[in-house]
Amino acid sequence: MASQLHRNLTGPAAAPVVAPLSAPVAVEVRGLTRSFGPRRVIDDLDLTIRPGEFVALLGASGCGKSTLLRILGDLDPDFDGAVTVPARRAIAFQAPRLMPWKRVWHNVVLGLPGRPDRRRADQALAEVGIAHRADVWPKVLSGGEAQRAALARALVREPDLLLLDEPFAALDALTRIKAQTLVAELWQRHGCAVLLVTHDVEEAVLLADRVLVMRDGVIAHHQNITLPRPRDVATPEFARLRGVLLDWLGVHHGTSGAAAQ
Amino acid sequence: MSVTDTDHGFQAHASAPSRLDLYPAPAPAGLQHLTPATARGQRVPRWLRRTSGPVLLVLLWHLASISGVLPPEVLAGPSTVIGSAASLLQTGELQQAIVVSLARAMSGLAIGGSVGIALALVAGLTRLGEDLVDAPMQMLRTVPNVALIPLLIIWFGIGEAPKIALIALATAFPLYLNVYAGIRGVDQSLIEAGRTLGLGRVGLVRHVVLPGALPNALVGLRYSLGIAWLALVFGEQINATAGVGYLMANAREFFQTDVIVVCLVVYALLGLLVDLIVRTLERIFLAWRPSFTGT
Repeated sequence: MASQLHRNLTGPAAAPVVAPLSAPVAVEVRGLTRSFGPRRVIDDLDLTIRPGEFVALLGASGCGKSTLLRILGDLDPDFDGAVTVPARRAIAFQAPRLMPWKRVWHNVVLGLPGRPDRRRADQALAEVGIAHRADVWPKVLSGGEAQRAALARALVREPDLLLLDEPFAALDALTRIKAQTLVAELWQRHGCAVLLVTHDVEEAVLLADRVLVMRDGVIAHHQNITLPRPRDVATPEFARLRGVLLDWLGVHHGTSGAAAQ
Repeated sequence: MSVTDTDHGFQAHASAPSRLDLYPAPAPAGLQHLTPATARGQRVPRWLRRTSGPVLLVLLWHLASISGVLPPEVLAGPSTVIGSAASLLQTGELQQAIVVSLARAMSGLAIGGSVGIALALVAGLTRLGEDLVDAPMQMLRTVPNVALIPLLIIWFGIGEAPKIALIALATAFPLYLNVYAGIRGVDQSLIEAGRTLGLGRVGLVRHVVLPGALPNALVGLRYSLGIAWLALVFGEQINATAGVGYLMANAREFFQTDVIVVCLVVYALLGLLVDLIVRTLERIFLAWRPSFTGT
């Protein structure tokens, strides 16, 4: 899955990435602008995601990364520009957003055409390791279990694009590590394109083929991650990439000058 | 920290004699034995303590009656009340009155509740409905229902119709307000999640909005039932020829305070009964709320 194409944009002034006409594309965004009042949260943004590619989107709070995800998920129609996304999409949010009045298995297959298919729900729940919780009410689940159920609900739709909006942010540190490993496995099995919005640099480097840094309403930096999987946070290369990205986020200065504009 | 440590040690022994072996010695200086809840004073069961209050009250009432402090023209004693309740049951008057009153309350509630829920659905689920329905409903709900009795008598005469109309009017509003608020209060993030799952408008209403509004709807039902009873009491003052209210009006003519008390108890018991029914409904329909304990 690792990216062979090196496209390292160095700033908003760089030429937009144009995928070769023959290359299949999962997400295609051109000249996207989204304003809240006078404030342009997304300002002429371009983005391409290839089928099966795992892309992480980093950025400071309020930089517009969740807005971008909501636009790609067709939850926010008030934008300008051209956006093309797969018809089969699924979203997992920071909160699990399970319907509390439906049992877990029923939540998983909610919205699928036809009668609720118990077998399909059980399979999806088994895949995320909570098959034994199929019959309980969502409020009984722990935070990690609820987030797994939300993942099962997203993946049972066999999406071509999976949008993850800080899905691990509310989990405790140990549960988060397990959930990250699970997402990596699920992605490799399903082969869908993933856009992971996160503020955790380590998580981005751990999971993604490509890390995007969003700043001033555009993708300010593309970073391909070619480290072999499964990745080890303790390697020097991991630490270097982490430093570069932190520089771009304006958090960590001194380890790498590559980001200076 | 004015209590000495040895005191604490002895307290633990005193309140939990069966657990003496747990703390063979007083707590060392600066430490305190903690007593588990199961070992603390539980000699009298809670239900018994809770029933002793009402029982004591009835006992007081009885004593006041037999000692003559409370003359029967003011309020009949409990023994007289029980006696007249028994004779009313024997003649079948009480049962008949209860059936008539219950039928009035329930038919009024059925009409008023249906109208209230229907209007709430229209106002809650459509923009146009909200603009057309909500403002008049919010205005009308401020009119005291009982004040409408003269108008209802002019419109419907003095038969069953004005009584049922009064109950219907009174019960429509609590259900309307609560169902409407429930629909509008459904978590937007869940509606958004439902949309991302591919639910259409009908699917969202069925799987997200209506189940989300159900807790409020049941609160509305409970209010409506309470008000139905109140409206029934007022309604039955309108020239009733049957029902608990009629029984009461008759008793008033003859200063039968015992029969009046029997009727009051019947009203209370009927209210308690329907409350029990709503609680059961809540237990069935709101099982998904782990915090729900049946308040």
